[in-house]
Amino acid sequence: MSAIVTGAERIAAAFESARAEGRRAALMPYLMAGYPDLERSREIARAYVAGGADLIELGIPFSDPLADGPVIHAADVAALAAGANVADALDVVRAVDAHVPVVVMCYANVILARGLERFAELLAEAGASGLIVPDLPLEEAPAIRELLDARGLALVPLVAPTTPEERLARIGAAARGFVYTVSVTGTTGERDENDAALPDILARVRASTAVPVALGFGIGTPAQAAAAAAAGADGVIVGTRLVRAAGEAPGDVRALVAEFAAALAP
Amino acid sequence: MSAGVEHRFGPYGGQYVPETLMPALAELEQAWIAARADAQFQDRLRELLHAYVGRPSPLYLAERISAQVGHPVYLKREDLNHTGAHKINNALGQALLAQRMGKRRIVAETGAGQHGVASATACALLDLECVVHMGTEDIRRQQPNVQRMELLGATVVPVQAGARTLKEAVSAAIRDWVTNVSDTHYILGTAAGPAPYPALVRDLQRVIGDEARAQVLELAGRLPERVIACVGGGSNAIGIFTPFVPDPDVKLIGVEPAGEGIETGRHGAPLTVGGPGGNGGVLHGAYSAIMQDEDGQILEAHSISAGLDYPGSGPEHAWLRDQGRATYTAISDREALDAFARVARLEGIIPALESAHALAWLFANPRSELDVVCLSGRGDKDLAEVIAKL
Ligand SMILES: Cc1ncc(COP(=O)(O)O)c(C=O)c1O
Repeated sequence: MSAIVTGAERIAAAFESARAEGRRAALMPYLMAGYPDLERSREIARAYVAGGADLIELGIPFSDPLADGPVIHAADVAALAAGANVADALDVVRAVDAHVPVVVMCYANVILARGLERFAELLAEAGASGLIVPDLPLEEAPAIRELLDARGLALVPLVAPTTPEERLARIGAAARGFVYTVSVTGTTGERDENDAALPDILARVRASTAVPVALGFGIGTPAQAAAAAAAGADGVIVGTRLVRAAGEAPGDVRALVAEFAAALAP
Repeated sequence: MSAGVEHRFGPYGGQYVPETLMPALAELEQAWIAARADAQFQDRLRELLHAYVGRPSPLYLAERISAQVGHPVYLKREDLNHTGAHKINNALGQALLAQRMGKRRIVAETGAGQHGVASATACALLDLECVVHMGTEDIRRQQPNVQRMELLGATVVPVQAGARTLKEAVSAAIRDWVTNVSDTHYILGTAAGPAPYPALVRDLQRVIGDEARAQVLELAGRLPERVIACVGGGSNAIGIFTPFVPDPDVKLIGVEPAGEGIETGRHGAPLTVGGPGGNGGVLHGAYSAIMQDEDGQILEAHSISAGLDYPGSGPEHAWLRDQGRATYTAISDREALDAFARVARLEGIIPALESAHALAWLFANPRSELDVVCLSGRGDKDLAEVIAKL
């Protein structure tokens, strides 16, 4: 690599190379740092890379994860019970950041407890490329976005099926890295079918922004991942299915990620 | 009334919620701005508060308590409301608002069960579907209220997570709302949560203070030296405080639960422990005083009183605290139990364990010329739990 590359640039490059290699969408598996414990979460992150992840979303465990369904909520609780703290959780980034960009997912209070500036600093030191905060809507986001911008890190916003047009335009304009499109009205969790309205939702989001559009929440099978790509997503985020695997059969995670990657292969 | 609804009280408040809910919060805010300026809506609410709830609730000069503390003490009798607590003022107002917004399904959380019963009642009255999330520990200790909710046609959903109390019930209700937002209104039961809830709940609960202020002027010919109320999330307290805030000589005292003792860490008193400017953090959609560790993880609260057993607080209280306009303090489980029994014998009134915290503070701090205490609810729901511990 040449000169210093910022986190935001690494995210853009990951989407770009997935496209250049003819893949149908970039694959972004999610894991919970510290689950089932710290060391195994590092192994899981490496298994994601080996299985074909283009980017990784790394969750910092939080006691009260409002946007998450029962499986990820239980993983938060278990990770905290196993002793994970924020510093250790951020340290998991180092296990894989040489290979893929890592986008950290954490709830607003974890950031506020450190102080915005200090947290932005910690993210940069940890080697993260971006940040997703599921309980920090547009109105509350400017202060942390500015601090991340100054460090070349991307504050990735979320949009939902309920987001109206005019609001979508404002979120899309302020987006960095990519727009995280929540595929369902609800919390994280596996679901049986893809929403028929997905192509329409994705087209609306794409029209609102210059950055790639990734789809997440409720993608639990390779077929659903392929359908998301077919519906127009530039990236596919797989969360609950993999967190469940991390709890039930961590050894299978690499093969599982490879199945998702195969579903998105050219 | 001004056109807008406050989103911030000083640095406190805001809307820290998943994007999915942001349009619903905006819709709720617009609906409230329209409804509170709509004479027809206000007339209907006032009529129901009168003929159905029984308002105005009396301001009662508690002579035997007064004799013991050495000055006149007036009790604002929210315990005499239909369903037995102040919670109905808010639940009824929000249920009417939901009806006006065309939302047919109501979700609510409950700790003591009083807000759940109030919501179930308002939903029965207005023919709305009602789903109440309640921690299994609270289902155990507030059993009579579970039976009441079910009789009233509500579905009580047990919440198993965490300490199985109010914090988890609120989280479960918010997750339900996120999932069913298109046809569902969330009746939050206290003056906390994301904007517009703290202002909305305060607006609906200030009837307590509006009445009490007029009543004390009428009965005693003066303003009280102190207004005392218990604080869980802070709805009865903000309701009775609000009309007195512009009266500089009236001291406002919010009483939080000290549980097993502040020094044990097993309490529910974030406003007290943080002191001015302290303990700021986000829980359930608002920035306010909360119980948390240095990583920002939310701590479990502990209180014998299910309605006060909450690690958060309403943002307007945090701001009243920081400005020095209200003072927050805490009362232990033991002191609350003693006050519960003492008031039963002195006045023939069995107070809710929540309200018993406010009364206990009065007994512990008797020096005053004249006080108004918010008797936020009746204690029938607490009998099994209290008798085992007395
Ligand atoms: C009788 C009574 N008082 C007080 C409370 C505490 O709530 P808040 O602080 O919102 O008034 C409750 C809550 O359940 C209650 O039932």
